[in-house]
Amino acid sequence: MTPDGRTATGSVLATSSVSSAPTTGRGGPGPRRTGTGRRRLGESTNLSGWLFVAPTLVVLGLFLLVPILMALWVSVSDWTGKGNPFSGDTGFVGLDNYKVLFTEDALTRQDFMTSLRNNFYFVLLVVPAQTVLALFLAVVLNQSLLKARGFFRSAFYFPSVTSSVAISLTFLFLFTGSGAVNSLLGFVGIDGPNWFSDARGLIHIVGDKLGVWSIDSPPAALTDSGVLSLSWWDWLSGPSVALCVIIMLVVWTTTGTFMLMFLAALQDVPQDVVEASRIDGANRWNTFRAVTLPHLRPTMLLVITLGLIGTWQVFDQVFVMTTGGPSKTTSTPAYLQYFYAFEGQEWGVAAAMAFVLFLIIFVLTGLQRFLFRDKDAIAEKRAVRARNRRRRKALAAEGGEVR
Amino acid sequence: MTSPRRTPARTARRRAGLAALALASATVLAACGGGGFEEDSTDTADGPTGGEGKASLQMLIASSGDAETKAVEDAAAAWAEESGNEVKVVVAQDMAQQLSQGFAGGNPPDIFYLDASLFPDYAVNENLYAYADQVDDVDDFYQPLRDTFTLDGTEYCVPKDFSTLALQINTKSWEAAGLTEDDLPTTWDELADVAGKLTTGDQVGLALGPGRDRVGAFLVENGGFWADSESGEITADTPENAEALQYAQDLLKSGDAAFSADLDSGWGGEAFGTERAAMTIEGNWIKGAMENDYPDVDYTVAELPEGPAGKGTLQFTQCWGISAESKNQSAAVDLVNFLTTPEQQLEFADAFGVMPSRQAAQQDYVDSYPEDAAFIAGGEYGQGPVNLPGVGPALADLDSQLESLKSANVEDVLGSFQKNAEAAVE
Repeated sequence: MTPDGRTATGSVLATSSVSSAPTTGRGGPGPRRTGTGRRRLGESTNLSGWLFVAPTLVVLGLFLLVPILMALWVSVSDWTGKGNPFSGDTGFVGLDNYKVLFTEDALTRQDFMTSLRNNFYFVLLVVPAQTVLALFLAVVLNQSLLKARGFFRSAFYFPSVTSSVAISLTFLFLFTGSGAVNSLLGFVGIDGPNWFSDARGLIHIVGDKLGVWSIDSPPAALTDSGVLSLSWWDWLSGPSVALCVIIMLVVWTTTGTFMLMFLAALQDVPQDVVEASRIDGANRWNTFRAVTLPHLRPTMLLVITLGLIGTWQVFDQVFVMTTGGPSKTTSTPAYLQYFYAFEGQEWGVAAAMAFVLFLIIFVLTGLQRFLFRDKDAIAEKRAVRARNRRRRKALAAEGGEVR
Repeated sequence: MTSPRRTPARTARRRAGLAALALASATVLAACGGGGFEEDSTDTADGPTGGEGKASLQMLIASSGDAETKAVEDAAAAWAEESGNEVKVVVAQDMAQQLSQGFAGGNPPDIFYLDASLFPDYAVNENLYAYADQVDDVDDFYQPLRDTFTLDGTEYCVPKDFSTLALQINTKSWEAAGLTEDDLPTTWDELADVAGKLTTGDQVGLALGPGRDRVGAFLVENGGFWADSESGEITADTPENAEALQYAQDLLKSGDAAFSADLDSGWGGEAFGTERAAMTIEGNWIKGAMENDYPDVDYTVAELPEGPAGKGTLQFTQCWGISAESKNQSAAVDLVNFLTTPEQQLEFADAFGVMPSRQAAQQDYVDSYPEDAAFIAGGEYGQGPVNLPGVGPALADLDSQLESLKSANVEDVLGSFQKNAEAAVE
C-alpha cells in the first residue's frame, strides 16, 4: 500500500487542481508539468512576501496585539496603575472585575448599564440614519443631470474631514439655551429645550405628550421593578435630549464618508443592466430596487459594519461636549472606561468594560454579516463544491479500479 | 478543502513563519516586562533618593494660562540657578491622564501639581513620596489644607496655594433693588430674602454652579459634610445635611436661585458676568474671569452667610506632589521649600491671583488685596474636599444627582451617596 499510496495522493492533488481550474480560472494543467520549477519560484516569492509584510506585522504586533494582551491581563488583575502590570506586585483576581460589571448590585454596574443603554439608543438611531442619508445623497449626486456635482460632493464631505473636536465645540454654541438653534425654533413659535442640560428621554417625552404616562410621576409598574440595577422606566427612557444633539452631530459628520463609498459603488453599477431593465419596462424605482440596491450589497455591508463599530466606540464628542451629563444620559462605555481608569484609578474594571464592549461589537458585526450574506452566492458555491466532490469520488473510484 | 497549491513543505515553512512571529511578539512582551519598569522600586521609608550631585528635574503643571506658566518657569529657573540643578517645566493638557501615564510607565515627573481630588487614590497606590516632614516650618500652612493631604496619619505633600468660596454681588443690581451695605446677608434667611429682592424679570437673584462643590458649603454651614475625612466615615445621610439640601432646594424652587446650567451658563461666574444672575457663589478664580471677560460688571465680594451651625465655606487646593519613583527626591523637596516660602507665594499671588497657603503670608496678602478679605477669611473655617480613596465614581454620581436637586428627594440623594460611597470605602 505504501509505495502506491504516495502516487495516489499525487494524482489526487494533480487532478483536483485540474478540476478546480474552470471555477478559479488559474492553474490548468501547468503544475503537473513544471512542478519543481514552480516550487522554487514559490519559495522566493514566499520569502519576499514575508519581507514585505514584516514592517506592518511588527507595527501591528507592537501597537495592537501587545496592548490588547496587556489590557486583557489588566482586566483580570488588581493592577493599581503603578509600574508594569506584569510585575510581581500585580495579582490575578480571576473574573472579579467582570463580576463587578454584571453581578454586584452597586454603582459600577449601574453606571455601566446606563452607559450601555445610552449607547444602544445611540446606535439604534445613528446607524440607520447615516446609512439612509448617505445613500440618498449618493443617489442624488449620481444623477448626471445635476449641475455643480463636484461642489456638492465636497460640501457634503466637508464635515467628515473637519476635526470632531472643532465641530463639537461649534455644536456646543449652536445648541445652548439661547443659541442659534433655539432662536430659529423661536421664529416658528417653538420654545426649544435647554439642550445640554435636558436629561429627559425621548421615549419618556413622547409618552408624556401622548398621555401614556406622566414624566413627573412615572407609572409605578415600571419604576418599582427592573433588571441589572436599572428600573424598566430607566431602560425605556430612549436617548435624552442632550444625547440627541450628539446623535445629530455624528450623523452629520459621518454621512459624508459613507456617501463617498456609496457614490463609488453607484458608479460601478453596470449601465447595460440598467438599460436592459428599462427596456423590460421597469420604472426608476423598480430599477433602483431590483438592479441598483442588490449591486450595492457589499458597500451596504461595509457601511453598516463601519457604522456599528464607530458608534459603539463614540468617545470624543462626549468627552468634549457633555462629559457624560446631564444625569449620565450621554455617558457611553468608551467614556466610562476613560473615567474609571484615569479619574477613578480602577484600571481592572475599566479594562473589563473594554472587553465587554469588544464582545458586543464582535457579536453584532458577526450577526450583521450573517444577515447580509449573499444567499445566491452561497448556494452557487455549495453547488460547485458538491459537484467537485462527486467528480473526485468518481475519479477515486476510477483510480481504484486502475490500481 | 486542501488547496492544491499547499504542499507539505509550504505548510512547514508557514508554521515556521508563524512560530517566528509568535516568538517575536513574545520577545516584545518580555521586553516590555523587563525594560525600565521593574528596576529598583524605590522604598519611601529609606529617605529621599538622589542626595548628591546635579539633579535634572521634570515638573508637570496644569496652567491656567501664560501668566501662570511664566511665573512658575521663572521661579523654577531661579531655584535652578541658585542650587545648580536643572528643572524642565512641562504644561499638562490633561493632568490626570498624563500623571497616570507617568506612573504606569515607571517614568513619572519628579514634581507636579496634584489636585486634592486625585490625591487619595494616588497616595493609596503608593505613587507619592511623603515629604511633608522635611518642609521648613510646616506648621505654618493652614491646618484644613494640611488635613486635605493627610491620609491614614501620614502627611504627604504641602499645599501650594488655595481657594475658597465666597458670595459675589453685582453692585448695580444691588443698588437698583434699594439694598445697602447693611443688607449684606449674614444668615440663610437673609440670603433667601435678598435673593428674592434681586430677582427681576431677566435676572435671577442667585446663580449656583453645578455639583457638590457649591451646594456642599450649605452642608458645612449646617454642621455636616459628605464625609469625615479624619475617621474615613461617610456621613451623608444625617438630618443636618438633609436640612441644608432642603434649604438649597427651597431656594431653587422659589425661583430666586437657579443652577448655572439653567441660566445657559457653564458655571456660576458666567451667569454672573453675563448678568443673568445678581449674585453667585464662586471661588477667587472668578476674579480673573471677571477681569478678562466681563470688565464692565462691578461687583463686591462678601463672606458666605452663616448657617445654623455658624460660618462655613469650601476650600480647594493643590499640593506640590513628588513622585515615589523619582530619583531626585531630595532636590525636589528642596525645590518645594523654595516654591512655598511666603515671598515666593506672594509672587505667585501677584502673577496669577492665587492665595498663599502659608499663614505667614496672610497679612501681606490682605494688605495688597483688601478686596480678597472674604476669600482669605475662609482659610480659617473652610472645609476641604472629600479625600478618601476609591470614592471618585460615587462623588461623580452625587454630582449627577444634584443636577436635578430642584425636583429630587433630598433624603434619597443623600442615602444613595451614603450607600455607594460606603461600598467604595470598604
